[in-house]
Amino acid sequence: INHIVHNGGLYKRPFNEAFEETPMLVAVLTYVGYGVLTLFGYLRDFMRQWKIEKCQNATEREEQKDFVPLYQDFENFYNRNLYMRIRDSWNRPICSVPGAKVDMMERVSHDYNWTFTYTGRVIKDIINMGSYNYLGFAQKTGACQEAAAKVLAQYGAGVCSTRQEMGNLDKHEELEKLVARFLGVESAMAYGMGFATNSMNIPALVGKGCLILSDELNHASLVLGARLSGATIRIFKHNNMQSLEKLLKDAIVHGQPRTRRPWKKILILVEGIYSMEGSIVRLPEVIALKKKYKSYLYLDEAHSIGALGPSGRGVVEYFGLNPEDVDVMMGTFTKSFGAAGGYIGGKKELIDYLRTYSHSAAYATSMSPPVVEQIITSVKCIMGEDGTTVGEARVQQLAENTRYFRRRLKEMGFIIYGNEDSPVVPLMLYMPAKIGAFGREMLKRNIGVVVVGFPATPIIESRARFCLSAAHTKEMLDTALKEINEVGDLLQLKYSRRRLVPLLDRPFDETTYEETED
Amino acid sequence: FQAPAYHLILEGILILWIIRLLFSKTYKLQERSDLTLKEKEELIEEWQPEPLVPSVPKDHPALNYNVVSGPPTHIITVNGKECINFASFNFLGLLNNEKVKSAAQASLKKYGVGTCGPRGFYGTFDVHLELEERLAKFMRTEEAIIYSYGFATIASAIPAYSKRGDIVFVDEAACFAIQKGLQASRSNIKLFKHNDMADLERLLKEQETEDQKNPRKARVTRRFIVVEGLYMNTGDICPLPELIKLKYKYKVRIFLEESLSFGVLGEHGRGITEHFGINIDDIDLISANMENSLASIGGFCCGRSFIIDHQRLSGQGYCFSASLPPLLAAAAIEALNIMENNPDIFQTLRTKCERIHKALQGISGLKVVGESFSPALHLQLEESCGSRENDVKLLKRVVDYCMNSGIALTQARYLEKEEKCLPPPSIRVVITVEQTEQELDKAASLLKEAAQSVLN
Repeated sequence: INHIVHNGGLYKRPFNEAFEETPMLVAVLTYVGYGVLTLFGYLRDFMRQWKIEKCQNATEREEQKDFVPLYQDFENFYNRNLYMRIRDSWNRPICSVPGAKVDMMERVSHDYNWTFTYTGRVIKDIINMGSYNYLGFAQKTGACQEAAAKVLAQYGAGVCSTRQEMGNLDKHEELEKLVARFLGVESAMAYGMGFATNSMNIPALVGKGCLILSDELNHASLVLGARLSGATIRIFKHNNMQSLEKLLKDAIVHGQPRTRRPWKKILILVEGIYSMEGSIVRLPEVIALKKKYKSYLYLDEAHSIGALGPSGRGVVEYFGLNPEDVDVMMGTFTKSFGAAGGYIGGKKELIDYLRTYSHSAAYATSMSPPVVEQIITSVKCIMGEDGTTVGEARVQQLAENTRYFRRRLKEMGFIIYGNEDSPVVPLMLYMPAKIGAFGREMLKRNIGVVVVGFPATPIIESRARFCLSAAHTKEMLDTALKEINEVGDLLQLKYSRRRLVPLLDRPFDETTYEETED
Repeated sequence: FQAPAYHLILEGILILWIIRLLFSKTYKLQERSDLTLKEKEELIEEWQPEPLVPSVPKDHPALNYNVVSGPPTHIITVNGKECINFASFNFLGLLNNEKVKSAAQASLKKYGVGTCGPRGFYGTFDVHLELEERLAKFMRTEEAIIYSYGFATIASAIPAYSKRGDIVFVDEAACFAIQKGLQASRSNIKLFKHNDMADLERLLKEQETEDQKNPRKARVTRRFIVVEGLYMNTGDICPLPELIKLKYKYKVRIFLEESLSFGVLGEHGRGITEHFGINIDDIDLISANMENSLASIGGFCCGRSFIIDHQRLSGQGYCFSASLPPLLAAAAIEALNIMENNPDIFQTLRTKCERIHKALQGISGLKVVGESFSPALHLQLEESCGSRENDVKLLKRVVDYCMNSGIALTQARYLEKEEKCLPPPSIRVVITVEQTEQELDKAASLLKEAAQSVLN
């Protein structure tokens, strides 16, 4: 069943998003699984306390044993007893370029993951379904790398100064003009770290007396930026426009809590693609709401820039909307451009204000020149200004890969979350034991995947997340799909019963919103 | 048997009361439905928000950046004019070093530019592991952890350990990154006067008396002291031996921020602990950024595994952000190699600092703020002319005079409304190992001339 959203003609194309309901038996078994693990955890802690089992944790210094303990025992319960068992699924060290195929350093543990040793062997040509390499710009040869090498030879690796002091190079100005042209906005500013772009600029835009409406599943950087700003934060249900509209209405009608003064401004924080769910924001509706209630929109396109839209300009182009409707367009260069850093684009007044008052401009070192050059070359490639059609071909290849991969996985019977067009594909695992098992089985078959559990996801909704890339060929995808099929049968992961919950029919109740304290 | 009458009447009343409660309307605690639909629509129509950002005047001093064409090395081209660089924190001159550049080139050929993922998801490269090992070995600690952005290092480290309800004693002159880390941690912040150990002891004693009133709470409240080795805002050194004594006396942990002193102080460049000869295990956490002496990008924290390992799961800037590009990590490793093989550059740097510190004394109208061996000094106005705006304009004229004559300087930039203790406006003078003695003398005499012509 396709749930095509019409909503007064705001959508120019079908919006197919689905989150299949968790089967009851699976949910029960997952809770039982966590219960068993918790019991064993208590047992092991007991044995460690009574010295029956050796304690492998690092401990406090002798001289400081009478200080207040740095960590509470319970804080680390999850870490010690659940995370430690499957720790080898994360932090896997690689030793080649993170492209479609990657080389991994083999590591073994002889004491159940407390310590690792490297055998010295390198596992070659693992199909990489975990790196955020959407357009395949993570390359060690090619135009981007050559340009970056030239700039490195001329400028060096570091900058040693902030933007407002002596760190504003001509390269940075070139980059900012190019990014503004790419996005279709008046002006843009670039920063050295994507996380810091959010956490240092949201406090510059809003302060006390303002209201932030943030999506339930926003990234940690948006949450941190909102908290540091001192504004009141209210949370609306994930991608739920009725929830957002109710909050907007209530906020304007009732004003600030207790004093009833009107809010100074309202800022809506949403992301383009949510990386844990694979869902795409309902941008046409958000913009319609924003205009009706005179609030401002902050769009974080970390995963969607370069990955959506017929020419890779992001979620705004995907829906066919006007970039000037989005007040603050933020994004990162880490994912689709194969570099590092973040940017904010918008009207000239906004960017001038950020140049003066952003925390990053005054106190943080500016971007490294070879990284800037990589971004310049990759953006030119996507726009087609380097004289080839490589960029366009990659964007199309990514879209094809996405559709093919998702269709095949659904046919096999797995539960896949998210929108049809998003290159982030979460595959539900649910049970804690399957998290570790899936990661290890796929590695045995030479495929590298990312598995996530609590606390990045709700406790029963652990998942494996595939990130597709334009660098994946159809053969690689077919190999991967074959292996996923095998492992799915082995671990009994094919939960889907094709009972999709229509999104608009989900019961919507009174929203609870949290207000921040100082 | 017979129940007494009042008993039956009481029970009858209670039953009637229960029936009444069961059938009465439920109320929400706040009466929110006072307004009619029409009134609500009118309120929505009438509400006017502020503009998203206020407009910035075109001549705002922080709006017009200096444009550097080409690399920001010893000879720098600012706004089209070639000058000698006295403004970039390139203390050991490693920005233009050929060995560092070729190590970065080799890494670029092997790994490309970006890492395309955070450390947990295929973003850990062997270069990162090597850099962490080398830093830990260099600083003689058990473990080190790398961040991809210098500002985010201390701003993520502090909230990982200090939570709501904990107490942090921090120096007034702490840099902005520390202030943001403290704000994110939501702990109780107690500021003590800059470098004033008596003031700090007073605060610690006050806290002790508080603890005796409530020993149960005191047993779970963690305490920290956050200081910098060499302060960015004042150029002073912190009195670390006294701090260690206070640490053991009042049972407080010390977090040391060494961005300016790493690669500058100490016989081998290991920072303030080597300078004072203190056992490094006495400091709980040392944090530094690699953007000054190591001429790369990013930052690191080092200390015992017991402390550092915690950040791998709770350091926000580590877990939720992409890892450092491998070419920058390779550049940092090579820079470390150079530091280890040439320990005499630290003494050379110190001699140059002392030379210019002496040469800048006695300029009429400007006073030198900072230790004699600090490579980042401030020149402040001896007498302020009333408002901060006018001071800034005056200093700008001094800086422009020097830039026109071939010495690149900059004013120290702050966010005036956001700083807790805003330092007075000043010119930043940075000494690097690449500056020759003639250049140092030229800079000093030029500053004297500029002060004469502008301030008198």
